[in-house]
Amino acid sequence: MKKSVVMGLTVLPALFAVSAMGAQTINAAGATFPAPIYQKWFAEYKTAHPDVQINYQPIGSSGGIRQLIEGTIDFGASDMPVADDQLKQMKVRTLHFPTVMGAIVLTYNVPGVTGALKLTPEAISGIYLGTIAKWDDAAIKGANPGVKLPSKEIEVVHRSDGSGTTFVFADYLSKISADWKSKAGTNASPSWPVGLGGKGNDGVAGLVKQTPNSIGYVELFYALQNKMAFADIKNAAGKFVTPSLEGVTAAAAGSKDLPEDFRGSINNAPGAASYPISTFTYLLIPTEYKDATKAAAIKGFLTWMLTTGQKDAQGLSYAPLPKNLVAKVQKQLAQIK
Amino acid sequence: MATPSAAVPQASSIPKRRFGGDEVAYGITLLFSLSILAITVLLVYELWQHSALTRDKFGLGFIGSKLWNPVTSQFGALPFIYGTVITSILALLISVPLGVGAAIYLSELATSKVSNTLTFLVELLAAVPSVIFGLLAIFTVIPLMRDYIEPAIQSIAGFLPLFSGRIGAGAGYLTAGAILAIMTFPYIISVSREALMAVPREQREAALALGATKWESTWDAVLPFARLGIMGSVFLALARALGETMAVTMVIGNDRVIHTSLFAPGYTIAAVIANEFAEAEGNMHLSALIELGLVLFALTMVINGLAQLLIIVTTKKGSAKG
Repeated sequence: MKKSVVMGLTVLPALFAVSAMGAQTINAAGATFPAPIYQKWFAEYKTAHPDVQINYQPIGSSGGIRQLIEGTIDFGASDMPVADDQLKQMKVRTLHFPTVMGAIVLTYNVPGVTGALKLTPEAISGIYLGTIAKWDDAAIKGANPGVKLPSKEIEVVHRSDGSGTTFVFADYLSKISADWKSKAGTNASPSWPVGLGGKGNDGVAGLVKQTPNSIGYVELFYALQNKMAFADIKNAAGKFVTPSLEGVTAAAAGSKDLPEDFRGSINNAPGAASYPISTFTYLLIPTEYKDATKAAAIKGFLTWMLTTGQKDAQGLSYAPLPKNLVAKVQKQLAQIK
Repeated sequence: MATPSAAVPQASSIPKRRFGGDEVAYGITLLFSLSILAITVLLVYELWQHSALTRDKFGLGFIGSKLWNPVTSQFGALPFIYGTVITSILALLISVPLGVGAAIYLSELATSKVSNTLTFLVELLAAVPSVIFGLLAIFTVIPLMRDYIEPAIQSIAGFLPLFSGRIGAGAGYLTAGAILAIMTFPYIISVSREALMAVPREQREAALALGATKWESTWDAVLPFARLGIMGSVFLALARALGETMAVTMVIGNDRVIHTSLFAPGYTIAAVIANEFAEAEGNMHLSALIELGLVLFALTMVINGLAQLLIIVTTKKGSAKG
């Protein structure tokens, strides 16, 4: 259907090469968060290009990175940028391709509170550090005039399984709070000063729903699909922003100091419309393939993903990449051989 | 003298069939049973090999350390060992009296119709996947514990440190113990009932003939006889409780800190492996999780060993008495 878009791009010779060699099977594995859109993309791409079959296993970001290091897959996928020492372990120099973006929202269950709560960075870090113990603490009350907050202890919920979601949330907390940075740090399994752990988005959501006076964090698309209450968060520009896909795209567009290899965070990005807890998710693409047709097929897919594929994002509650960024990411394609 | 001659015609027809058959069966079944040994050895070897990093770095300190922090690569198993042991003990404290009591009713007191129906249900319960119990726990057991049972316990026994903590969300050691009790209960009933049913009828009749009441005959004549089988059911339940992963992860709260209060959240070995393995960052973290597997293996061995010892001691006492 959308073949014409692809045809116009640099992939044309690559496509001929692939069809000449017969079906090309490509194996990939990694992050679970973008798995729904990846499955959709790979299926759509196969319909348009029957000779390219991409298999994707959502085994988790760290698992994807490990398998890529071991060379058992053709490319990986991760919600977090690969650390320097792991990047060095790769046999072939590996590139980060941002694909789509997501946001993390704070969901809560406070009896008596009906509208959206407003949370400042100080309140969020205080709650997760355990220094803010009750809902009627001045740091929360101050941002929510007129809201009747109970004088009850806050039941803090976090993810118990190591996850990219936690990594992004911990990275946000490290950016806004020096205390968090020194006490807990940025990690997929940080050492939580307080709270209960729930396994997966559904584990956290289940605990929050079942526990009065609780707060937890889940991915935006999960909260939207399950119609959960989530808080407006004060961004770096001092504005309270309701989590939305547009807010995430704005955060990426506003991140001016993003490094050349895209291994930066877009948390707490400047800009009045930027939602502050946002993240890229990446495909990890080696720069050299032994098989030239495989390299061409992967390049073909990436080109399609950065253009036509982006239109699928919003339907599945992911934020598409901003236009200025797509142009920068496309420049990396030339390095794949 | 007459028998050999009578056996001759048969003997000539048998050798063909006998040849090889027994040896082959012996060899094959031996091979099958040796595979158990091979799997166990391989398992320990693999766990040992892949945990080399943390074994070298922390040594035995791994077992005694309370700190588990993947950010700073500090790993200690104590909070998980504590959680595993305490939840299993809590589970057995609840499920053993209930299970054995129910088994006595089913085998000794109930009519066979009631007994068969209930036994069928019990066996059905034993086959329910643990994630279903976890869901039951999140939606039913946790609110029940938080709103009614834990406040009640606290009002009676709140002076004990074990019951003096903040009740909070209801997820924690006690709730995990309760859900494990529900899960192990069918095992205890079903195996204990079999053991009680296997007690010879004469044992009961003898007690009744001596003027014992129905209960006295059950308590003094039948139960001691079935002691081994009942013990066996308890160990089966214990093994399940120690290794249970999914349901426990869903209700224990997954907190890496040791709390005195049973109302507080905790962690077990199986739960932390399930939670962190897929996204473990770096080789130290992986190695630490694999070493935890080794610790769980050792813990199970030690507890089973103690259990065997207990059986030997108590059966000696029983035979002396009886």
